[in-house]
Amino acid sequence: MGLKDSSEAIFSESPGKIALRILAKDKRSIISLSILGVIIFLSFMAPVFSHYVANTNPFESSLNATIIIHGAEKPVLEASTTGLGLGVTPIGPTWNIRSYFLGADGQGRDVMARLLYGGRSTLIIGTTAGLLCIFFSLLIGIIAGYRRGWIDAVLSRILDIIWAFPVYLLAISLSVVLLTSGLSIGFIHLGPGSFALPIVIIGVVYIPYVARPIRAQVLALREREFVRAAVGTGAKHSTIIFREILPNVMPSVIVFIPIIVSLSMLTESALSFLSIGVQPPAASWGTIINDGLALLYTRPIVGLAPGLMIVFTAAALNLYGDAVRDALDPKTRARGD
Amino acid sequence: MHRHIKVLSSFAGIAALIVSAVVGTSSASAAAAGALAPYDAKHAGGTVTLVAQAAAGTLDPKVNYTAQFWQLYQATYDGLLTFSYGSGATTFVVVPDLAEALPVSSNGGKTLTFKLRSGIKFSNGKPVTVADVKASFERIFKVSSPTAGSFYNGIVGAAACLKTPATCKLDKGIVVNAAKNTIVMNLVAADETILSKLAVPHAVINPASSPSKDAGTTIIPTTGAYMFKSYNPNKSLVMVRNPYYKEWSHAAQPQGYPDQILFKFGITPTAQVTAVENNQANWAYDPIPADRLNEIGTKYASQVHVNPLTAMWYLPMNVNIAPFNNVKARQAVNYAIDRAAMVKIFGGTQLAGPVCSFLPPNFPGHVDYCGYTKGATPAKPAKAWTAPDLELAKQLVKDSGTAGQEVGIVVSDDDVNKQMGVYLQSVLTSIGYKATVKPISGNIQFTYIQNTSNKVQISVSQWYQDYPAASDFLDVLLGCASFTPNSDSSINMSGYCNKALDAKMAKAKTLGLTDPVAANKLWGQIDQEVMADAPVAVVFTPKQLDFISSGTKNYIFSLQYKMFVSQLQVK
Repeated sequence: MGLKDSSEAIFSESPGKIALRILAKDKRSIISLSILGVIIFLSFMAPVFSHYVANTNPFESSLNATIIIHGAEKPVLEASTTGLGLGVTPIGPTWNIRSYFLGADGQGRDVMARLLYGGRSTLIIGTTAGLLCIFFSLLIGIIAGYRRGWIDAVLSRILDIIWAFPVYLLAISLSVVLLTSGLSIGFIHLGPGSFALPIVIIGVVYIPYVARPIRAQVLALREREFVRAAVGTGAKHSTIIFREILPNVMPSVIVFIPIIVSLSMLTESALSFLSIGVQPPAASWGTIINDGLALLYTRPIVGLAPGLMIVFTAAALNLYGDAVRDALDPKTRARGD
Repeated sequence: MHRHIKVLSSFAGIAALIVSAVVGTSSASAAAAGALAPYDAKHAGGTVTLVAQAAAGTLDPKVNYTAQFWQLYQATYDGLLTFSYGSGATTFVVVPDLAEALPVSSNGGKTLTFKLRSGIKFSNGKPVTVADVKASFERIFKVSSPTAGSFYNGIVGAAACLKTPATCKLDKGIVVNAAKNTIVMNLVAADETILSKLAVPHAVINPASSPSKDAGTTIIPTTGAYMFKSYNPNKSLVMVRNPYYKEWSHAAQPQGYPDQILFKFGITPTAQVTAVENNQANWAYDPIPADRLNEIGTKYASQVHVNPLTAMWYLPMNVNIAPFNNVKARQAVNYAIDRAAMVKIFGGTQLAGPVCSFLPPNFPGHVDYCGYTKGATPAKPAKAWTAPDLELAKQLVKDSGTAGQEVGIVVSDDDVNKQMGVYLQSVLTSIGYKATVKPISGNIQFTYIQNTSNKVQISVSQWYQDYPAASDFLDVLLGCASFTPNSDSSINMSGYCNKALDAKMAKAKTLGLTDPVAANKLWGQIDQEVMADAPVAVVFTPKQLDFISSGTKNYIFSLQYKMFVSQLQVK
């Protein structure tokens, strides 16, 4: 796109439309969205796969199950028959989509089915936690930056306190405390095994990382001429916030979304890997990696498969975040990149 | 005197029974067959390197209650009595250690008289005196040893010591005579297991000057073949030869082979296996990871030793809260669990065997029976477990009216325990409960599940014998006295208290003083009666797997303390 064309586009279209048009042509955006689309589709097809394709219950132990391979019946968990006969090894990948495609885990469960269910959990928790974080960060950032004074001081100190803790340390501490008894706030009760618990924990720990830049941006916007003009004309605070501040903050927020969702997803996987996120028998990519840890020497695929899924998803989200940032950046657009 | 002999012969009778239970022969021949070989000086020297993921906490022998360090204490500390070195059933036999002989018993078994050996010195060069013996027994209470209230509460004066440990005085319970070098131990009542209790590390003799609180990482002088040189729980524990040690009993405290024993910490189980394979370590402490079992059983078969343990994996169920306050619900769990499947999780049939009885196989009082297998009932038990009975389990849950209730399964967060919990969750869900697994840190799980205020409904736990007597399982784990509500130290995790069975257990203990055979028969009956109430579900008896490096020789296994570290040869 040439400089002349882009300048014309800037004056003829809204920034959102321009960004969408740029994203539609951006290779990074297309590749990352394609990867995400495939992963999301497969993950949300988990119940269909389990019920109709693999015909298995991925949450039920099947330690004595058997399968037919090349006409011979084989146990899903095979006791060693060599040497001293020590150990029991889950069956490896059969590469048959209908039966233990990626093999079994230590409980004799179909790894492929759990991988898809795990993706569903990880994506739901990561996305919901990320959006929860963005929503509260926006709320806190705008209130603190717009109101200033003691409200800003109190909110900023709260953010400072949360920020003072390393993310994982805080998330692990909260998880350990809340996982045994759940979380009760008034009439809201989140049970120990509830998905809502990791969502809240992860959502909370990342708030300062988003809220502080938003607050700084709002503080700067508050002093801009167009906001002063709105104040001078006697506009209501809500009008100023929704018409003048929010539209100017939104590009930054949109850029934050894929990054925070990616971070939330990684944190969820880490917590689940440490047994303090998604609780068994539910699966997430983190819990499957944990299951695979005990099978690293004999069945590395159990740990590798969810690891690769996390890598692809996080990379795709980050790549998409870069593309969105560039698409929303007027300087980039002006350069015609 | 006759009565003395009678009591002592009954102690010997217990030993005989244990020995014959394990090897099926008479005690004398078994003991002789299992005696430790004479010391071979040409193999002395070198360093034995042991590796573990973590240290086992305090080094204080009166406080530490872990198999990891008890294994080391046998080569370092000595009590008046100890379990014999050797192999097989011999290692269950109590022999005199710092005492010259087994005690002379009088007053109906309530008074035991020991004579202390002369000429033995601590590793700081000071002689062992009867004053040290008295101070050591008082120290059990002063440091609040975990077994103070269960093993040594029968010593006269112990009750007061348990109330006010700091000022503990056992002037009437432990009467010493420095001139005659004798120690008279007075008991409130005769105790058929007192010799075993005096042979465990909590009863070892330390200098009277030892701190009157948990010594932690401070090293307490030893009497045995080795002494501790340094201890850093984050790094290593070093044992070297005790310069003041001279062998006084080959069965009790034999000379060791390595010049130094180095126990390294902070090494993951899989790294431990690799280190042993590469001869960088002589022995791996932690259980071998499941995915390395086949490898070591195939490529390193000659370096693997598998031995039976008198232990059990079991599921304590809280009989005081729903749903397991209903006996049918508890029986349902017993019928539903597939013990063979749980054995698979543990590593297969070479490493564990399914059981239903409370007393492990080859243990005094054990009877081969299973009331919770397909086709059997507690009233008409089968000989052994064969298969679960899910249909009966579902029916029992339905009959109990507890179907649909929520059940939390508290497990330790290590891989095997967590897998057990996940399997159990699956089973409990299949018979009609809404089950969830709660994995918590292994550092706190054992105490967490003991405390009733945590309202744990069912958990996965293990019990390894302290000493070879039925009471160490039935009385310790299910006796009324072992249940202390709202305490982290309430080993009766089920909160089970059956007064009638408690009285039977007391009778069995008394009977054990005079007729151990009849006593063990009674223990066997108690076992079946307890399991009819099903306060727990016993799952399997594990085996001990030791993996040693190719350069390590003279592996000898003790049923009491597992591998004899001091007898390993690296030269």
